[in-house]
Amino acid sequence: MAEPSLAADAKPWKESTATPFIRIKNITKKFGEFTAVDDIILDIYKGELFCLLGGSGCGKSTLLRMLAGFETPTSGTIEIDGQDVANIAAFDRPTNMMFQSYALFPHMSVEKNVVYGLLREGVPKAEAMDRVSDMLRLVKLQDFAKRKPHQLSGGQQQRVALARSLIKQPKLLLLDEPLGALDKKLREETQFELIHIQESLGVTFIVVTHDQEEAMTLSTRIGVMDAGKIVQVGEPPQIYENPNSKFVADFIGSVNMFEGTVDVAVSDTLRIKSPEAGIDLLVEPIAGLKANQNVSVAIRPERIAVTRHKPEGAANIVEGEVEEVAYLGNLSIYRVKLASGKILKVTKSNLLHDDVPIKWDEKVFLSWSNAAGIVLTT
Amino acid sequence: MKRGLFLPIVSFLGFLFLYIPIVSLVIFSFNKSKLVTVWGGWSTKWYGELLNDPQILGAAWISLKIGVVSATLATVLGTIAAMVLTRFGRVRGRGLLTGMVTAPLVMPEVITGLSLLLLFVAMEATFGWPAGRGMLTIIIAHTTFCMAYVAVVVQSRLVDMDDSIEEAASDLGAKPMRVFFDITLPMIAPALISGWLLSFTLSLDDLVIASFVSGPGASTLPMVIFSKVRLGVTPEINALATLIVAVVAIGISISWFFMRKKVKT
Repeated sequence: MAEPSLAADAKPWKESTATPFIRIKNITKKFGEFTAVDDIILDIYKGELFCLLGGSGCGKSTLLRMLAGFETPTSGTIEIDGQDVANIAAFDRPTNMMFQSYALFPHMSVEKNVVYGLLREGVPKAEAMDRVSDMLRLVKLQDFAKRKPHQLSGGQQQRVALARSLIKQPKLLLLDEPLGALDKKLREETQFELIHIQESLGVTFIVVTHDQEEAMTLSTRIGVMDAGKIVQVGEPPQIYENPNSKFVADFIGSVNMFEGTVDVAVSDTLRIKSPEAGIDLLVEPIAGLKANQNVSVAIRPERIAVTRHKPEGAANIVEGEVEEVAYLGNLSIYRVKLASGKILKVTKSNLLHDDVPIKWDEKVFLSWSNAAGIVLTT
Repeated sequence: MKRGLFLPIVSFLGFLFLYIPIVSLVIFSFNKSKLVTVWGGWSTKWYGELLNDPQILGAAWISLKIGVVSATLATVLGTIAAMVLTRFGRVRGRGLLTGMVTAPLVMPEVITGLSLLLLFVAMEATFGWPAGRGMLTIIIAHTTFCMAYVAVVVQSRLVDMDDSIEEAASDLGAKPMRVFFDITLPMIAPALISGWLLSFTLSLDDLVIASFVSGPGASTLPMVIFSKVRLGVTPEINALATLIVAVVAIGISISWFFMRKKVKT
């Protein structure tokens, strides 16, 4: 087994000297008139756990299938470990894939499923079986070696699929919605198991998912895709805190969006006129804005405080009426209607028992600091 | 309540209509009397006579040989056709090809028989093969129309199968032929068995096409029965027909069993 090559705090994508392990250069894939993947440029580094995140039909699975060799790019090149893979068929590529449906061979036992790849490689039977039992131990399936896939639960099948795709120690493992078929609780457990396995083997993972929470938990970096293009690449906090477009802000987590126009910068704050909010929104200044330019201001629900009394010293304060309250245990979600009719979503963590919880139809004050608003131009 | 009884009664009548002739045939095959329509008590003597009739035994043997060979050939060719139709994606003219493969299913047998006969005659005239007509020409003819049935059965199985299972094998390093024999073939095996049995039954059953393309010395069982019946139905024919019904029923049941059996995933 290879040494873990990416320490938790190493960030090769930040160093200009680091050589990318996978280089996707201007990849385009068209199906007839439809462009599934549109001129994507992406570098991925050794040992990363990179998530391609996007809604259905955004081209993320097509990109993955091109890496695996199941689809041929219409134009552009893919390099894996310095080698152009254009003319390498799927069965000769140094990649392995874990399928969304798991695609286990239904007529073979768990053991036979897992050993299949090694035998194709010409590994002697005895050695192959040793490696299989090591792998089954890693995914905690050593007691199920002789079972057929249909005799296993969904979570067990998922682990067989993972074991089968890892057994050849691929340079790159491609995972298509690896946790999509599991229920919520199992998914959360499996996420951490997946990270653990990835770290202990040091294999580079590319994961396709539509689940933003999964992407946030798993990845070293996320590439957000929309309509065949990568709209933003970054580490999870960066994507969440500094989305570069309305699409990303809206897709990752939930967000309140105000439309407005740029007023002037007052010393160290930027003033944005927003009839929707009913006040001038104060945010931290960013470069490159012109006066009267149309912008959007995104504010995360957890950055807004909800109070009965007007708070002191907050940069932005609006009044509203509580439309709905949803109690989720650890937190409560409030939907608050402003004078303009705009509804804001606010979350409040239930740290302590409030003596009198805020209820429906109450008049409340919403407030947030000027660091909470993210100004978006696209 | 009325509505509850209507369907069972109608289906019961329907089944009576379908099966009374066959049941009476089976009963009369155990008739002692030489007259087909007069009941003379139970006996199995006609089955005994059947086994001593060299003409019928010979024809049965020929039919079996033709059935086995043409069912096997049809299974191989039909599977290849089904693979091409389902796995080679967006090929131009695929719709036309699908139509052409399945056309023999709806083609009147007389036309299939006649056109094959004309083809064989023309082939013999141009390059001398197949020389004359006999078992070989019947096998070719049966393979031709059975292939269509196999293609349809196997195709529906392949369509149901998750493509990513084959992709997974390929991803793990198996070359295309290897994928076919390791993964695809075991998974479609029930459809192959079912297609083979269906072809065998169809071949055993066929009278029209065989009559067109057969030659001297190659009379199949249905041909012999048909020529005998023209001289009058004998209890012996009833016994033979009963045996055929039994064989066909078993074949169809096994075929149905395999078609229904799903590969567990």
